Amino acid sequence: MKQVDENKLAKSKKRKQSLAFFMFGFIGFVIVGILLTVLSFIVFKGVSVISWDFITKMPEEGMTRGGIYPAIIGTLCLVGGSMIFAFPIGVMAAIYMNEYVRDGIIKKIIKQMTNNLSGIPSIVFGLFGMALFVNKLGFGDSILAGSLTLGLLALPVVIRTTEEALKGVDDTFRHASLGLGATKWQTTRRVVLPIAFPNIITGLILSVGRVSGETAPILFTVAAYFLPKLPTSIFDQAMALPYHLYVISTSGTNIEESRPIAYGTALVLIIIVLLTNILANFLRKYFGKKVKMN
Amino acid sequence: MLKLESKQVNFYYGSSPALKDINLEMESNTVTALIGPSGCGKSTYLRLFNRMNDLIDNTKLTGEVLIDGIDIYKKGINVDTLRKMTGMVFQKPNPFPKSIFENVAYGLRVNGITDKQFIEERVETTIKQVVLWDEVKDKLKKSAFELSGGQQQRLCIARALAIQPSVILMDEPTSALDPISTSKVEELIHELKSKYTIVIVTHNMQQAARVSDHTAFFYLGELVEVGTTKKIFTNPTQEKTQNYITGRFG
Repeated sequence: MKQVDENKLAKSKKRKQSLAFFMFGFIGFVIVGILLTVLSFIVFKGVSVISWDFITKMPEEGMTRGGIYPAIIGTLCLVGGSMIFAFPIGVMAAIYMNEYVRDGIIKKIIKQMTNNLSGIPSIVFGLFGMALFVNKLGFGDSILAGSLTLGLLALPVVIRTTEEALKGVDDTFRHASLGLGATKWQTTRRVVLPIAFPNIITGLILSVGRVSGETAPILFTVAAYFLPKLPTSIFDQAMALPYHLYVISTSGTNIEESRPIAYGTALVLIIIVLLTNILANFLRKYFGKKVKMN
Repeated sequence: MLKLESKQVNFYYGSSPALKDINLEMESNTVTALIGPSGCGKSTYLRLFNRMNDLIDNTKLTGEVLIDGIDIYKKGINVDTLRKMTGMVFQKPNPFPKSIFENVAYGLRVNGITDKQFIEERVETTIKQVVLWDEVKDKLKKSAFELSGGQQQRLCIARALAIQPSVILMDEPTSALDPISTSKVEELIHELKSKYTIVIVTHNMQQAARVSDHTAFFYLGELVEVGTTKKIFTNPTQEKTQNYITGRFG
């Protein structure tokens, strides 16, 4: 064996180790730094606008004054509507894929399709939603059409996170249940789903965060440029935060004047996403404790 | 009385054979230990009797597997009903993330029993049967995960017994337990023998010697030798068996 200078080797190993450590640490800090810059910029610019009136009043004077209440309500309606659509279908699809279909060509095709679905640009979903829901099915520009379009967008996320959650359930639980004469459905409903539930909920809420910020899919299906009243049915148009932000930043009556409101809107949007993430965490811990694993 | 039987059983994972021409008979109210090195097919063989291997894609079985003289792989056999007749205990204690009570009641509930009093009585007698009652009677509503590993495994045995199977299949039931818990489970196996037919897969040869009436030695998918436990451990006819039980390989 070749003689190795132990001292030199140790030094070189140590140098490489500290270099690698520095590199990864540096990159980590850069990322956190970028995030903090963006956040603090929005907070700094937007916080002065935020008040009780801002989130509970209608827009006034060509959207240069007043609040963004209808946009908040519109966004909440759209998010809720899209989840009512995407959650059951997504969860059922994931259960089918993970619990029922055997490995093979069919499963591969479905999997590939869902993956492709999540790669489609959201503006294409918007166009599709307009063609199908707005025109063909005759829903018009409406919360229903917008929710369905957003739901389609959320579907692959819901399917994938639910599938991951189901995969995380140890097979021995399934075998124990089946071994007692339970059917596959009893096993899924009584054993697998309760165990996977905390992670399914997390996936769901993360997709809520995703959907609430989308602009393109609602552009041609629901979003109103200016509509200073609340929707009264699912066939009404509605304002929505991301689109409102777009409108007052690019095509408002007085873009300079409404700039502060744009930052305020952005801040509210970020807060909503942040809150859903916190809620996701809380729910996962809460249900995780109920279904305590060892 | 003849309880379990396999006739010329061959089993394949894909195209690779896992069991080769296995002929074996097991009497009622006996304990049969399946021993052999890892990958010899003993767990696969065990899982034939409650058709657990059906869950694995791409497998093939030839020959006959019989319980009470009935071929359980024949057309028209309801797998759920079959699995009710065979309780299974797994390598690692795997109680459901439910209360102690609900773990034992689970098998009853999925088989359509709703009578509350009946369920309560059955849960109590079953937990008593596995000698766990005194330890858990005050915390039946608590999560099964609060129990120790040994207690959990006895709870899993109770879970399997609650639906009153006639066969108990045990797949290395003590491999994750400490010696004291192990001896409790072994005692239990002795007790249960009077009512059930037990098949136990084990890596632990002393355990096979302690708990079983018959021992079957598997090697590379073949049944090398089967006989009374006493004979296998004192006077085996095959050299491979001799080598394995004396620890020369495996």
